[in-house]
Amino acid sequence: MRTGRFGAFGGQYIPETLMNEIHALERAYEHCQNDPGFRAELNALLRDYAGRPSLLYFAEKMTEALGGAKVYLKREDLNHTGSHKINNVLGQTLLAKKMGKTRVIAETGAGQHGVATATAAALLGLECEIFMGREDTRRQSLNVYRMELLGARVHPVTSGTMTLKDAVNETMREWVSRTHDTHYVLGSVMGPHPFPTIVRDFQSVISLEARAQILEKEGRLPAAVMACVGGGSNAIGMFYHFIPDAGVRLIGCEAAGRGLETGRHAATIARGEPGVFHGMKSYFCQDAEGQIAPVYSISAGLDYPGIGPEHAHLYQTGRGEYVSVTDDEAVEAFAFLAKTEGIICAIESAHAVAHAMRIIPQMPKEESVLLCLSGRGDKDVAAIARYQGVDLHE
Amino acid sequence: MSNISKAFRDIKSKNEKAFIGFVTGGDPNLQASENIILAMARAGADLIEIGIPFSDPIAEGPVIQAANLRALAAGTTVEKIFGLVRGLRQKIDIPLVFLTYLNPVHHYGYEAFFARCEAVGLDGIIIPDLPFEERDELRETAARHGVDLISLIAPTSGRRVAEIAGQASGFLYVVSSMGVTGMRNDIPAGLPETLKLVRAATDLPVAVGFGLHSPEQARQVARIADGVIVGSAIVKLAERYGEQAAEHVFAYVKGMKEAMLEK
Repeated sequence: MRTGRFGAFGGQYIPETLMNEIHALERAYEHCQNDPGFRAELNALLRDYAGRPSLLYFAEKMTEALGGAKVYLKREDLNHTGSHKINNVLGQTLLAKKMGKTRVIAETGAGQHGVATATAAALLGLECEIFMGREDTRRQSLNVYRMELLGARVHPVTSGTMTLKDAVNETMREWVSRTHDTHYVLGSVMGPHPFPTIVRDFQSVISLEARAQILEKEGRLPAAVMACVGGGSNAIGMFYHFIPDAGVRLIGCEAAGRGLETGRHAATIARGEPGVFHGMKSYFCQDAEGQIAPVYSISAGLDYPGIGPEHAHLYQTGRGEYVSVTDDEAVEAFAFLAKTEGIICAIESAHAVAHAMRIIPQMPKEESVLLCLSGRGDKDVAAIARYQGVDLHE
Repeated sequence: MSNISKAFRDIKSKNEKAFIGFVTGGDPNLQASENIILAMARAGADLIEIGIPFSDPIAEGPVIQAANLRALAAGTTVEKIFGLVRGLRQKIDIPLVFLTYLNPVHHYGYEAFFARCEAVGLDGIIIPDLPFEERDELRETAARHGVDLISLIAPTSGRRVAEIAGQASGFLYVVSSMGVTGMRNDIPAGLPETLKLVRAATDLPVAVGFGLHSPEQARQVARIADGVIVGSAIVKLAERYGEQAAEHVFAYVKGMKEAMLEK
């Protein structure tokens, strides 16, 4: 396999101006990976600052309500900053510091990755600028203010569809103009090599913990692990250490938005085709001319026209299963989890909850399913209220 | 010898430097693009770059981004751009080169795309998101259809220059400065150094682009390079004058070409 490839996917499809910087990042990452000092420093931050290990919670009431396999929730929503994003961000900002960078830039969709990056930058004393589609700054205005409180500058992106894809474009354009002191903290398992590998490694702590936790609780491996998929970082984190366990199903849940047939969705595997974009070869939602298609989801964090190359490979080889979940189903699952378990999860994570509600009732009671609750839902409450026609007088 | 190599050889024999003009195909429509290209050729342009519009042109600044969106909104397709080239080939002989991103080419199918390039008489292609590491993706297919795959060199290329130049064909496109396309006022201080590295690595002609728009810049760059590439300044005229842009582009290119003749 060529470097930075997952089967036919991955690669380094970026402008020449960035190539030396990308190679420097590859070398620095390899060095840090083999440096016990770096690992110790990162593990200390994950434990003492982010609050790891995250809980693996047996959702007894949800299990009872669904009447099938046991449901365990991997509580990434309880991490500092409220999502799995902090795992990757602490790793990458620490790496940036070791590379001598003084400034970090990042894209954000829902704002979770932007908030996490602004947080780590504040902690480690790095200058921070976040690019966020103007449409998303409106949907997630609280997160914009949160980032500013943390000392970051937020740039609303007005090009293209003004969502996550355009935020990535704009962050790449910024990076091309200034690499000497700046690291791009890419937020998902996407982009040019080595990002899909770096982000996957930093997120794989999720399945490293979860696998040991479920073996301790159940004495056997789960029947399936599940997560929502936009770019796919919490999903690959949840899957990674289970990939060699052939009996464990890996299930990624994409956003079907208003429905696959409406064209208003972000279901890359269900409706996309192989292509090359944002530095990687993978699957992308695109039109008959190879133009990247506008995508839509109620969830800003899943509103992305591509998927990480390792997911594309898991899909193509049949190791991973990818399903899609509509806005309506996600909102219903969001309410279900709140009422049955007293947990308000991110609308992104609710996509995985929704699919669990479909399949759990058909699964034997002695089996278990692990579901990654990638983030908490405080940020989504206003949007869900709007969706259900409730005026909160914000 | 490719059409591009011949063109540079002829320019050199006249002791001149090449002016390379860029236009986004289909902005604001295909007829306007054809008129602009013919005006550039009449004004003395030596090579034309035609942008195949893409929804997400990550190497472009705001001016060319907007042109891409205008062209797409006007219904421009890859097939229609091939038609534009076929029409131009009845009227002008100067080399025509595409500039586009990899996805539209990938989606069309590499073999079909380059076969079509050959059939309509296209001479080369520039793909900003296809660096040296990924060239094998297209190299053989492009070569088989006689299309030069133009390599880019950046201010950050450093030790990569030798390997890039070693596999280059047609000419080398030296990116003058960091960042995306768009008009800037100065000539970056590091440019002569980059050109020196390129000259040491290859005998291929070397053209400089990104940020160049004024006759003074053209004159300075023409002293040290074989060609001057101008994009955003021309696209800006297309944006401002729409279907009437051709005469303005003619006057602009003529002025640039004259400045490049001053020693």
